[in-house]
Amino acid sequence: MTDQTVANIAPPDRPSALSRVREIVFSSPLVFIATVVLALIALSALFAPWVVPHDPVRLQPAVRLKPPSDTFWLGTDAFGRDLFSRIITGGQISLVVGVLAAICAVLFGLLLGLFAGYIRWVDAVLMRMVDGLMAIPSILLAIAIVSLWGASLWTVLVAITIPEVPRVVRLVRSLVLSAREEPYVEAAIAAGTPTWLIMRRHLVPNTLAPLIIQGTYICASAILTEAILSFLGAGINPETPSWGNIMAEGRIYFQINPGIVLWPGLVVSVAILSINLLGDAVRDALDPRMAKRGIER
Amino acid sequence: MSLLEINDLRIALNGEHDKQVVKGLNLSIEPGQTMCLVGESGSGKSLTALAAMGLLPPVLKPISGTINLKGEDMLKASASRMRELRAVSMSMIFQEPMTALNPVARVGQQIEEVLEFHSSMSKSARAKRAKEMMEAVHLPDVDKMYRSFPHQLSGGQRQRIMIAMALVMRPQLLIADEPTTALDVTTQAQILSLIRELREDQGAAVLFITHDMGVVSEIADDVTVLKLGEVMETQSVDNLLRHPQTDYTRDLLQSVPSQVPRLARAQTSDNIVLATQDLNKTYGGGGWFSRGREVKAAQDVSIHLNKGRTLGIVGESGSGKTTVARCIMRLIDPTSGKVMVDGTDIATMSQKELKPHRKDIQIVFQDPMRSLNPRIEVGQSIIEGPLNFGTPRHEALARARELLELVGLPASAVDRFPHQFSGGQRQRIAIARALAMDPDVLVADEAVSALDVSVQAQVLDLLAELQERLGLGILFITHDLGVAAQICDDVLVMQYGQVVEYGPAAQVLGAPKQDYTKALIAAAPGRHWDFANFRPFAEMAD
Amino acid sequence: MVLYIVQRILAAIPVMGFVALFVFLLLRLTPGDPAAIIAGDTATPDQLDAIRESLGLNEPLFVQFFSWIGQLLQGDFGTSILSGKPVLELIADRMEPTISLALTTIILSVLIAVPLGVIAAWKQGTLIDRFVMLLSVLGFSVPVFVIGYLMISAFSMQLGWFPVQGFKPLGEGVGQFFHRIALPTFTLTLLYIALIARITRTSMLEILGDDYVRTARAKGLPERKVLMRHALRNCSVPIITVIGIGFALIISGVVVTESVFNLPGLGRLTVDAVLSRDYPVIQAVILLASLIYVVINLLIDIAYVLLDPRIRYA
Repeated sequence: MTDQTVANIAPPDRPSALSRVREIVFSSPLVFIATVVLALIALSALFAPWVVPHDPVRLQPAVRLKPPSDTFWLGTDAFGRDLFSRIITGGQISLVVGVLAAICAVLFGLLLGLFAGYIRWVDAVLMRMVDGLMAIPSILLAIAIVSLWGASLWTVLVAITIPEVPRVVRLVRSLVLSAREEPYVEAAIAAGTPTWLIMRRHLVPNTLAPLIIQGTYICASAILTEAILSFLGAGINPETPSWGNIMAEGRIYFQINPGIVLWPGLVVSVAILSINLLGDAVRDALDPRMAKRGIER
Repeated sequence: MSLLEINDLRIALNGEHDKQVVKGLNLSIEPGQTMCLVGESGSGKSLTALAAMGLLPPVLKPISGTINLKGEDMLKASASRMRELRAVSMSMIFQEPMTALNPVARVGQQIEEVLEFHSSMSKSARAKRAKEMMEAVHLPDVDKMYRSFPHQLSGGQRQRIMIAMALVMRPQLLIADEPTTALDVTTQAQILSLIRELREDQGAAVLFITHDMGVVSEIADDVTVLKLGEVMETQSVDNLLRHPQTDYTRDLLQSVPSQVPRLARAQTSDNIVLATQDLNKTYGGGGWFSRGREVKAAQDVSIHLNKGRTLGIVGESGSGKTTVARCIMRLIDPTSGKVMVDGTDIATMSQKELKPHRKDIQIVFQDPMRSLNPRIEVGQSIIEGPLNFGTPRHEALARARELLELVGLPASAVDRFPHQFSGGQRQRIAIARALAMDPDVLVADEAVSALDVSVQAQVLDLLAELQERLGLGILFITHDLGVAAQICDDVLVMQYGQVVEYGPAAQVLGAPKQDYTKALIAAAPGRHWDFANFRPFAEMAD
Repeated sequence: MVLYIVQRILAAIPVMGFVALFVFLLLRLTPGDPAAIIAGDTATPDQLDAIRESLGLNEPLFVQFFSWIGQLLQGDFGTSILSGKPVLELIADRMEPTISLALTTIILSVLIAVPLGVIAAWKQGTLIDRFVMLLSVLGFSVPVFVIGYLMISAFSMQLGWFPVQGFKPLGEGVGQFFHRIALPTFTLTLLYIALIARITRTSMLEILGDDYVRTARAKGLPERKVLMRHALRNCSVPIITVIGIGFALIISGVVVTESVFNLPGLGRLTVDAVLSRDYPVIQAVILLASLIYVVINLLIDIAYVLLDPRIRYA
């Protein structure tokens, strides 16, 4: 019965973006460690030319397959190149591919998902296409693209991004479909708001949090796929060090020096693990019920 | 000795003393008696019941008090002892009969399962007993229904299954938590009479939880009124309705809409602001793969609404009343017929042609939690429409402040977000948003149904006041005859998409001609009571 | 119910159509002469002409597409550049190790993951829950081949329990078969366990909050019965759905695992084809893998009928 008193209105309590980020990073020790590790990997990759102790591509046949030592912290590969320097530099490719694939997949998926969620005939066709694309195992599709178009950073990026797009489309579409049912969207329709403005004002903001989370997972999965492609010999040019390339080259020497495979394997695992943990933390912070909405890694 | 005796029960969030949601509740129920626990949302009525069953969600903990069932304290009983007592000494039925039954198990088995764990009967004896119980709750064709799945039954049938399941072990106490709230009014009446009948047959006491004073007047022996976790008063039902002891109870009773139609108002204008002619909406049919069954959601609906008047569309769920409202708003496209807004047919207009007419007709929805975009300030929600029609932003915002005051909120609310408001406040904001367009017609689609009765009364008053002041035509969609009686000049009754009866409220609700309308009115709980005047209608002659 | 099944089958056809269309366009959108890609670098001009003829490269695109589909439906998947044998024959020779590995992985994963997920949900927030969650994040993070090499280094090189690589068909003895396939299965299963355990936990948590679980408790049922009879049964639909969707993941994993353990399966065939740019083989493997994926998911859609009466009696 005190429905209309002024005192009853709760005070504003929107936390700033910065405090949200801080809250997420410090939400658990594990997440904090993941953030630090990720920052380390990213920074060292970014400043690789200044940080690495040796030239990562210089061939030194005299020191082939050396075990770890004071000079070569993790040993050398079959061409006598310093493994540590190569792993640091290899992070560049992996991180670029991860971030770009996530951004591209999210943008394309958002666009297509909005169309599918709003225009019925587009939906019918697009969703069958999405089903078709999802039926093709992503590694096989990526392999086919790379083997047809030749291995370059860009084809690898396209090959990794395309299989990720359908999942974003599905996510955006389902978010749009459920948001469309909301009375506040119907009120906007009744108020004569044009469709593009309804999308921008009422629908797209709803997809933002889920897309950030999905984007992190795509980033992790893209790094993984890049490593697998390189490992199978369908990745970028073996001259350029990437985590997958280093491991691919180390395969035949595994029985002699397992470190060439296992060290980059450790780094790539830790990097992906950190991104996934961060993604989980963002999900828990932004929307605890996200798992129900079909976000999949 | 009382059957159930609750003493100084306190329940707190995370068990923390300063977060009590039930604050020292006392209650006792005698064998064979029906005790109603009445309160608005947040009163702690359901939590009390769940505490007795030992089914509180883990975040809520009883921190003091006793709940004695036949002298045994439920709060001290072990988990396995509680399992023995459930269904045998006390059992519970819930609000949503659809979700309360396991969707993938046959209903007969779900009843039989109780016997499996609480008796030593053979399988065939269990099935026989379960079927007996299904007969006792008057389910038809028991042998077939025994093998049915929940989704194959109607809402009322599902609740009967729940009751059969609860009573199959003949417990002395049945706890019913809003068991009829999710049901249509005619079904509600049947379930209430079933509970009364079984209470007498089985001699069970009933703890009946409800927010509805009408239901209370139908079923209670004694009533306990709760507010925010505290007992306001406990009285016999007759005493409570005639002589409430606290202001809270008095206000609560006075908020209950009366079943008597409002006095006829003189029609002040011949200006017809909204009309439909033979409006039809058919769902389904067509399409290659869609299941070909057509549903005629609305058939040949013709209405007219004058400036300054209120037309109510009344019906149970599935009657098509909301379909009509959505067709009129052109949120969905009518299959055929005309929708005349201020004399112009908008039924077949394209969205572009429609736009100039949008401002003449606005809508307020049922769910206050979903009516406003949670991400934008309420001011932005209110000015969205005017901006679309070219009003400068500062002008629209100034108008939004005025409107907020008009609906009883401070002008400063424009900068706040929806989550900072209560349900009733949000519904006021939604009304302000509709009014920002200066519409001639306001469609209220179950606009007060989700609100507590006291808040509901305030919002209804607000609508009446605004109509007086602005000359709005209001199309009021509701399932609640009392609300319709209180606010409507004319009433249209719908069933299965068809118009059953249409005319002045005094005639349709006061002297109905059609059997369905009569049945609806007869089923309305508490129709014999004039709650606002604390007496039965029968005594009105005095 | 019959209508539902027919609908599902009809819906699978356009999906396969789009798969074929993608594969078709992939080749046509490649800069250069498709015939040269199909025939390989060493083809003679005569061979190129013959392939151009069979592809109908002078016809409009949609004619080319449908004549290609026609060839596929007759079982003509082209000829391998590398070996000159019909692709279908090559694939048939390599099926057994791949199917064996996929099946052992799925079975082992379900046996481990479902109980893990149920326990994690039931004991939400406890140590065991956190362990399951961590295991699941790990499964998504560590590349399959890294796990593979860790397995080799621990169980083959250090302990010597399992052979480093190779495959023995089931026909040559059950013991040999399992001895050889054990490590690849363990390698691949972690990813799949992560997937299934996570969905089991999530759906269980959701269902444990449902009203009918509360009803089951209000009936005085023992907790074990509440979990098994009421909660897990309702969980089965999301779980098998994920098993179906995860099949694409399995195929990707199999390609890598076969490469690590040198199993003579489809994955190995594909990787060899990539290295020698043997496109007809790659194309056929994609079509086949997608077909299997679609069929499996179709079977799962039909299995819903058994699991969910709401579909059965719709």
